[in-house]
Amino acid sequence: MSDIQEKVFKGGSFITEDVLPEDIITPEDLTDEHEMIAKTTEDFVEGEVLPKMDQLENQQFDYAVDLLKQAGELGLLGVDVPEEYGGLGLDKISSALIAEKFALAGGFSVSYGGHVGIGSLPIVFFGNQQQKQKYLPPLATGEKLAAYALTEPGSGSDALGAKTSAKLNEAGTHYILNGEKQWITNSAFADVFIVYAQIDGDKFTAFIVERDFPGVSTGPEEKKMGLKSSSTRTLILEDTEVPVENVLGEVGRGHIIAFNILNVGRYKLAIGGVGASKRGIELSASYANERKQFNTPIANFSLIQEKLATMATHTYANESAVYRTVGLFEQRMGKLTQEQLNDGSEVAKAIAEYQIECSITKVFGSELMDYVVDEAVQIHGGYGFMQEYEVERMYRDSRVQRIFEGTNEINRLLIPGSLMKKAMKGELPLLQKAQNLQEELMMLMPEEVGTKTLEQEKYLLKNAKKIGLLAAGLAAQKYGEKLKQEQELLANIADIVSEIYNIESAILRTEKAIAKTGEAKNQQKILYTEVYVEEAFNRIEADAKETIIASESGDTLRITLSAMRKLTRHDPTNVIAKKREIAKTILQEEKYTV
Amino acid sequence: MNIYVLMKRTFDMEEQIVIENGEIRDDGEYIINPYDEYAIEEAVQLRDEHGGEVTVVLVGDEEGEKQLRTALAMGADQAFLINNEDVVDYDQFSTSNILAAFFEDREFDLIIGGNVSIDHSTGQVGPRLAELLDIAHVSTITSIEVSDDEVKLERDSEGDVEKVEASLPLLVTAQQGLNEPRYPSLPNIMKAKKKPLEVLDLDDLDLDEEDVEGKTEIIDQTLPPKKQAGRMLEGEVQDQVSELVRLVKDKAKVI
Repeated sequence: MSDIQEKVFKGGSFITEDVLPEDIITPEDLTDEHEMIAKTTEDFVEGEVLPKMDQLENQQFDYAVDLLKQAGELGLLGVDVPEEYGGLGLDKISSALIAEKFALAGGFSVSYGGHVGIGSLPIVFFGNQQQKQKYLPPLATGEKLAAYALTEPGSGSDALGAKTSAKLNEAGTHYILNGEKQWITNSAFADVFIVYAQIDGDKFTAFIVERDFPGVSTGPEEKKMGLKSSSTRTLILEDTEVPVENVLGEVGRGHIIAFNILNVGRYKLAIGGVGASKRGIELSASYANERKQFNTPIANFSLIQEKLATMATHTYANESAVYRTVGLFEQRMGKLTQEQLNDGSEVAKAIAEYQIECSITKVFGSELMDYVVDEAVQIHGGYGFMQEYEVERMYRDSRVQRIFEGTNEINRLLIPGSLMKKAMKGELPLLQKAQNLQEELMMLMPEEVGTKTLEQEKYLLKNAKKIGLLAAGLAAQKYGEKLKQEQELLANIADIVSEIYNIESAILRTEKAIAKTGEAKNQQKILYTEVYVEEAFNRIEADAKETIIASESGDTLRITLSAMRKLTRHDPTNVIAKKREIAKTILQEEKYTV
Repeated sequence: MNIYVLMKRTFDMEEQIVIENGEIRDDGEYIINPYDEYAIEEAVQLRDEHGGEVTVVLVGDEEGEKQLRTALAMGADQAFLINNEDVVDYDQFSTSNILAAFFEDREFDLIIGGNVSIDHSTGQVGPRLAELLDIAHVSTITSIEVSDDEVKLERDSEGDVEKVEASLPLLVTAQQGLNEPRYPSLPNIMKAKKKPLEVLDLDDLDLDEEDVEGKTEIIDQTLPPKKQAGRMLEGEVQDQVSELVRLVKDKAKVI
């Protein structure tokens, strides 16, 4: 339903390729239908969910179930389910917009995501026809609700180390499952659980387990720091008989499902971060205008303005990166036939191609959200510490985002790891580029940078890609296979790569908007981009320097650092002045605005 | 039953309204006039009960297509956008005369509009149109029941309920409380894309711009004055009351 771009990019290729503004999807490319879908979701969340927030936070789960069913009536649960299985089969941009709008509802948005995302998608992607026919129609309407059970007390990040066991019974009709799954979202009321267990101790396999199967029970509600609106319990399986036809995907291939679902969980979480950040900015800006100290609204203090501007600038970069990523899925899925789209596993493959981008947005989206809610509390001062203010809940709700769907540490390690794999497989010309760079650096002459809008930012982006290659190349050269043990360096490389993706997404989005409606109408976007690129570039420089220092010594180190200085030299942007301008608009509109 | 709904595209009152040089700054945030949403909802419910068709009509610029699509997603069957961009001086006289020309050779049983628009809030278009079409109208309704040609209505008369009986054809305007407008569901949003939406201009209605030039002129627009900090009265209740009465009489001079 969106204008699908012709070009299809490989995952991670942004590091080695130049991307044009028209190649990416931005929030400015939404169709009228997209906007209507977003509006329905927003109206539903504000009109139906938020008024019940007290009961939801009080864990009266009948309210959550009721609201999920209402969401089902509006079609909000069937977006990712193909039409032939009772869903709507809409594009991923639609489901992204819905996820963003649901984020306002804090813990309830996790109930929603637990159902439509990790709960239902394993069947959408990997179910066989019978399983899809049986389970998807009631899941798409909300008649039945779903949950996802992967984590165990002893296996979190190391998901494949699960202990839950499955054994085929003598008649060969059922698998007998035994074990405990921990921290299962929606467990109080879910009818269907996607459960992972080891068949015969070593064949990691996914199962569809119904609540009514014998031997299924749940433990008491966990007492959590945040996301209290969502139900979190242990799922207990005691000699649970699961019919053999409920094996999801292939025996021993559960990791494929787990891996694909994690990718979806990751980018969706980043989208939630965008929604929550926008809310944090809105609440903070209106509070800053209202709250007076020393006889003046605190909005007049430039330190408050600086906070709001930074919050909005980061949100812009995050939003640009997330919607670009969703656009990548769409572009790839646009090449699939209807049959492949219905198959589901092809859709999962299209998403998995961008696992690097999924990890980047997850790490960045969750850290951004944490930053924004933290500053939102700060702007609210002592009132932000009080439960009657929404930012207090947002602060608590945010913290776990850096932990679930793969901790940010795990995701950081995955980024360079996946890039290396792609390079080794010949999918990305990373090694070639790194070699060319060494020669190039020897002869590098200072470049004349134009002064037109975004010219400097594009120049810095070009150099950031080189700096990334330089640092990663040196680290790889020095440590070879042992680089895996140098986790600090890997994290630095991950951060450089992520910032490259973010600044490129912001620049391309702004350029695309300017091409469409001109500079005058996109002043705020230009400011965000200028500030973000300047600050991110400085972070890239620091990370690269640290990496190089840990990888080289003596003369080589000195030469390398001086080569890098050629790449980092630029006319710095006065971010303080620009942030004040950004804040002016935010305070006037009392919300995040582009 | 053949039902028409009159719609207007208005700016979103939840957004910050900024006035620059006597004009409201266009920030691009527009919605269906909320009172028109009651009208759409009621039309859809009546259609579902009695059969027939719901047609939504909007006079405005081409941007109004978005609001019409939303009305189609709420359940209306077809839509007309009457482009008024050529009319320089535009007011309620213009809208009602354009609509009168639109309805001239159309068959209708019931026309529902919002009771006022939240931007100019004149509440004139509905009653003016009824007058031009020479049919009865009932404004600010909070309930409507139709059986055959007979219509039983309740209207909000400045806080009191007035019960009115009328017969079709009829024009009514919707007041808050008439119903709870639905959220357009996703399946209906997708269906709305395929429903007919026709754009008409004044030529199509055999109108010249001069026929519908407005009769009023906006001289200036200002935001309401900023709310002043309140004053807390202190002391015994008896004294506070006396002080309040004195302030209301002598200072605010409202009684």
